[in-house]
Amino acid sequence: MKTRIDTRFEALKAEGRPGLVTFIMAGDPNLEVGQEVLNGLPNAGADLIEIGMPFSDPMADGPSIQLAGQRALKGGQTLAKTLAMVAKFRKLGSETPIILMGYYNPIYIYGNEIFLKDANAAGVDGLIIVDLPPEADDELCIPAMDHNINFIRLATPTTDAARLPKVLENTSGFLYYVSITGITGAAAPDPDRVGKAVAAIKAKTDIPVAVGFGVRTAEQAADIGRGADGVVVGSALVSVILDNLDDQGNPREGTARAVHALVEDLASGVRSVKHG
Amino acid sequence: MSKPLEPNSFMTGPDEEGHFGIFGGRYVAETLMPLILELEQAYNSAKADPDFHAEIEYLNKHYTGRPSPLYFAESLTEHLGGAKIYFKRDELNHTGSHKINNCLGQILLAKKMGKTRIIAETGAGQHGVAAATVAAKFGFPCVVYMGKTDVERQSPNVFLMKLLGAEIVPVTAGAGTLKDAMNEALRDWVTNVDDTYYLIGTAAGPHPYPELVRDFQSVIGKECKEQIMEAEGRLPDMLVASVGGGSNAIGLFHPFLDDKDVEIVGVEAGGLGLDGDQHCASLSAGKPGVLHGNRTFLLQDDDGQILEGHSISAGLDYPGIGPEHSYLRDTNRVEYVPIMDTEALEAFQLLCKTEGIIPALEPCHALAEVVKRAPKMGKDKIIVMNLCGRGDKDVFTVGKALGVDMETS
Repeated sequence: MKTRIDTRFEALKAEGRPGLVTFIMAGDPNLEVGQEVLNGLPNAGADLIEIGMPFSDPMADGPSIQLAGQRALKGGQTLAKTLAMVAKFRKLGSETPIILMGYYNPIYIYGNEIFLKDANAAGVDGLIIVDLPPEADDELCIPAMDHNINFIRLATPTTDAARLPKVLENTSGFLYYVSITGITGAAAPDPDRVGKAVAAIKAKTDIPVAVGFGVRTAEQAADIGRGADGVVVGSALVSVILDNLDDQGNPREGTARAVHALVEDLASGVRSVKHG
Repeated sequence: MSKPLEPNSFMTGPDEEGHFGIFGGRYVAETLMPLILELEQAYNSAKADPDFHAEIEYLNKHYTGRPSPLYFAESLTEHLGGAKIYFKRDELNHTGSHKINNCLGQILLAKKMGKTRIIAETGAGQHGVAAATVAAKFGFPCVVYMGKTDVERQSPNVFLMKLLGAEIVPVTAGAGTLKDAMNEALRDWVTNVDDTYYLIGTAAGPHPYPELVRDFQSVIGKECKEQIMEAEGRLPDMLVASVGGGSNAIGLFHPFLDDKDVEIVGVEAGGLGLDGDQHCASLSAGKPGVLHGNRTFLLQDDDGQILEGHSISAGLDYPGIGPEHSYLRDTNRVEYVPIMDTEALEAFQLLCKTEGIIPALEPCHALAEVVKRAPKMGKDKIIVMNLCGRGDKDVFTVGKALGVDMETS
């Protein structure tokens, strides 16, 4: 099987630069502006898009993404609405890969099989489910392959050489290297250390490796991108939405534009890198 | 509905992957996975180590004051006019509840693993106090995550934890109760992976926590079995315990699970009633889902978002339940029933007046069920109830519910 994710990373390799992976929370700050943010991401320079599926108990997320999820849920976001957002986005004709990221329970309640079917039909290309480790691959990771959906796994600084093969075993699309031990939006990673860790992973696999957690600026994106196939930015983008809310918690005019401006800046960062 | 096939033994779980039937498991972020596997290994080696068991036994006896008495509640029995009622009195333990049984076991494990920092979550503060206690005794720094709402309604326990040297972090995310505290403890753990031991307070969470917490709490049921044989020469007809996360209940129940003639009843917090969402009866009104590292019954909406729940008792205020209870429910080995806030309050007052015992609001839920059942049973029948905590911490809550102003009366 070949997904939009595979195709995109092949194109990036041909260009000789890392990809920019942007994270936004579905339905944040509300369904309408959230859709506007999503639809404009490819033009702003996002190479791949991660969409957070809001969950009441985001155990691996820092305050920025926690609040984004709460805003979305308060606005009535559901998994079905998130899939509908993706379907609308696809209707615009974009081939930018979409990866849904979140926690297992909302999918489990939706029903794994029907979720995979609906996600594929909506135009979802990959899944990152934080609380489904390789030990639980039978539940969603392996069934996802039958629906042409990549299951992207996280590797972390605690993933040692003994565990890495287990993490890589059923991963497809790309591997997401979590650059720090901690929650999303925490301190900036040290590019040298991350570079070494990514090199160690790349010695064991041909799958592209994207690096995330703690990247906020174009400069950081370039630094991290020198040693990786992709750079993920999340908390910095959802923070822009928070900064553009008025006193009532409603988005001000131009919120989507503000998010896209940061994406453009970050894109200039990854595009300044030339892989040797 | 088809009845699931009854297993030969109810005591063999969990399997190697941490499953009790379809429940349990290890649903955690990859960062935590190696830590969970390390803990499992450490626990397996501790289980096989006679010195480890000897140390727990010594501490149980000399620090906690075990065995806790099995007490024949003669006045209450007479008052209800039916089955003989015994209390397993874990409220007499050091720190005032069963929570110390688990904390001692886990702190020894933390020591064995070379960890240097303890984190814990707490709802009512009973587990927080027990965790802070063992951390103080063994010289560990200790951080306790507690929902902001709970910090406000359980101020005596907050003060105790501070006296014991623990740092209290009020959690404002969500509704600021136990589940939010647990999320925040997990966020701490995922950040401080090298030195930190997460001391979970109930028989839930990712494998091996449900197993090891149960094992440390099973001292309750093991003692009880010996004591009832001594007192009555036979096993009881019924066991009753309250379930929040379910650690006191599984501690009492587990050694009896294969004694098929012993009827077992778990009592959930029915709050204001099961009609709305102001309760914490996950087994009676929830459905299976995945939260905090395990598959279990959860209170949740149609989109799989976890609900907050409500109980007058902060210790039962959790929208999930230990996975082994979910298994025991699905196999019909244990019957789970709800008790409302008002019924628990009545039971609280009844026990004060008939037996001169001030119970915590958590076991008052079990007591209210005993009050319902005992009169319908013959005088030759025996009920054992786990009186798992004392009520000092609850006097303000009870006073408020009864309309008594503590400041002036």
